[in-house]
Amino acid sequence: MIVLRFVLLRLIQMIPALIGITIVAFLLLRVLPGDPASLLIGARGSTEEVEALRHQLGLDAPLWQQYLTFLGDMANGSFGQSITQRRPVATVVLERLPPTLVLIAYSTVLAIILTVPLAMLAAVRRNSWIDFAIKAVFVVAMSMPPFWLGVLLILLFGLKFPIFPVSGYGEGVFGHLWHLFLPAFVIALGTAALTIRSLRSSIIAVRTADFIDTARAKGLPENAVLRRHVLRNSLISTISVLSVHTSWIIGGTVVIEAVFALPGVGDLLVTSIFTRDYPVVQGLTVTFAALVMLISLITDVAYAAVDPRIRLE
Amino acid sequence: MTTTITETPTASPRQRRLPRLNPPLTAGLAMLVILLAAVLLGPLFSPYDPLKVDFAEALRPPGAVHWFGTDNLGRDVLTRVLAAGLVDLQIATVCVVLPFLIGSTVGAVAGYFGGLTDRILMRIVDILWAFPFYVLVIAIVGTLGPSTGNMYLAFTLVVWISFARIVRGEVLSVRQSEYVMAARLLGYSHLRIILRHVLPNAITPAIVYAMADVVLTILAVTALSFLGLGVQPPTPEWGVMIADGRNFIFDAWWISTFPGFAIIYTGIAFTLLGDGLDDLLRPKG
Repeated sequence: MIVLRFVLLRLIQMIPALIGITIVAFLLLRVLPGDPASLLIGARGSTEEVEALRHQLGLDAPLWQQYLTFLGDMANGSFGQSITQRRPVATVVLERLPPTLVLIAYSTVLAIILTVPLAMLAAVRRNSWIDFAIKAVFVVAMSMPPFWLGVLLILLFGLKFPIFPVSGYGEGVFGHLWHLFLPAFVIALGTAALTIRSLRSSIIAVRTADFIDTARAKGLPENAVLRRHVLRNSLISTISVLSVHTSWIIGGTVVIEAVFALPGVGDLLVTSIFTRDYPVVQGLTVTFAALVMLISLITDVAYAAVDPRIRLE
Repeated sequence: MTTTITETPTASPRQRRLPRLNPPLTAGLAMLVILLAAVLLGPLFSPYDPLKVDFAEALRPPGAVHWFGTDNLGRDVLTRVLAAGLVDLQIATVCVVLPFLIGSTVGAVAGYFGGLTDRILMRIVDILWAFPFYVLVIAIVGTLGPSTGNMYLAFTLVVWISFARIVRGEVLSVRQSEYVMAARLLGYSHLRIILRHVLPNAITPAIVYAMADVVLTILAVTALSFLGLGVQPPTPEWGVMIADGRNFIFDAWWISTFPGFAIIYTGIAFTLLGDGLDDLLRPKG
């Protein structure tokens, strides 16, 4: 019940931010120099053609009127009409959403699988060569361009070891997990580079806490102390690191989808930019921002679930 | 709190050995100097032109003549990687310095004056914060058309919020300090107080963050160019080179591989520099 109330309250609090988001997404295409209509027609179009298109796209109306039209399109659930596909933007975007959502969830799970054992190892063997090696690997991972790693993995798995497919989304749950493994791994590596650092230092801090001494004093074996008490209390800070970087992780999917030819919203964004399908770009900007807000809400709830000291209010 | 000022007892030679060695800073600086030397001087010493097409020499593997091999148009990959370094470092510098200046100014103004100014500015920051960085940059550059100038504009519009947040937080704590109060009592102008008293004590975290931001910016600039939304071919640029080599990845791995190493090297250099500056400027304990 409390959870439900919290979620509802947060959703209501999001409304002003969502309005702000629509304003930014709207202004993006209108205030910046450059005219979508003339870009769409190209250099060879006549002035009349450009004017006709401006009228068709509603770009000749006053700004406030355009914004109201935009809000109206959102309210009726269509988000406007795609120029290239001649279908409602919402339909086009919703079709492409599942691969991206699966990719985000999958890469986060992989990142946690990488983070927990490596961070524990680094913290327990603090200042040893293994701690140093883990740190070095992830400094490199943080500087590594994900799209470059993607291209190299395509070379490696496409040619040398064809275990994993290097493009597409596959069929069924296992098909998806199998096809998305490489792109999810690339994103997970970047995420893990951030989380290992924070989990390691919070494990080190928690291990010296009084309640850990208590757990040891009652004769709990060191492994159980680590698993049951240290890890659980350290994970809290890692969840907050994940939530701070949500928007970075979601943004990262855009480039990775383009590399691995995944039919997600990131790939849709890039193709819509090239085909100058502005209504879709606009709809996607709103979708991505809403996604970030939604996921940060989910992490807040997860945060409270892990840490009983935090009250949902 | 009283402090007794005593004459420092004759310091032992061990204590006098000043600047404490800062390994990350030293290593980062060394890596950066090597990088700058390579991208500035390398092309002068190279016998090849980064732009000259020579089909007779196309797709040569790395060897004694072409150390990093040649690409599909017969251009020397090493020469292009170095020439691209200059392009990427220039773009990254502008894409970090502009948001740094604007963001720090906004953060300082919001934090120093507080009240309505602060609330309005921070609302804008919060709203922009909800957009994934890549999505906003791609949308802006895509709308304006791909070019270096538009990339500067896009990064400035998107990244300033990070610096604004950091500087505002610092200014909020500095604002209450005794020396700022004293400066106010002396009747100094707000501008003078901000520039001379507040900012020097609040800017350090932003400088440290700027180093990390260079790494992120280079990744983003190369990613945009990789997607065709940034620097346009034939200009040598690391992301463009990786994209070019992608079509030949099964026959000529070297075209895409070496620019990637250059990006990683640059990233490590700035990561170390950031860690070192953090140790130097914010001594812990």
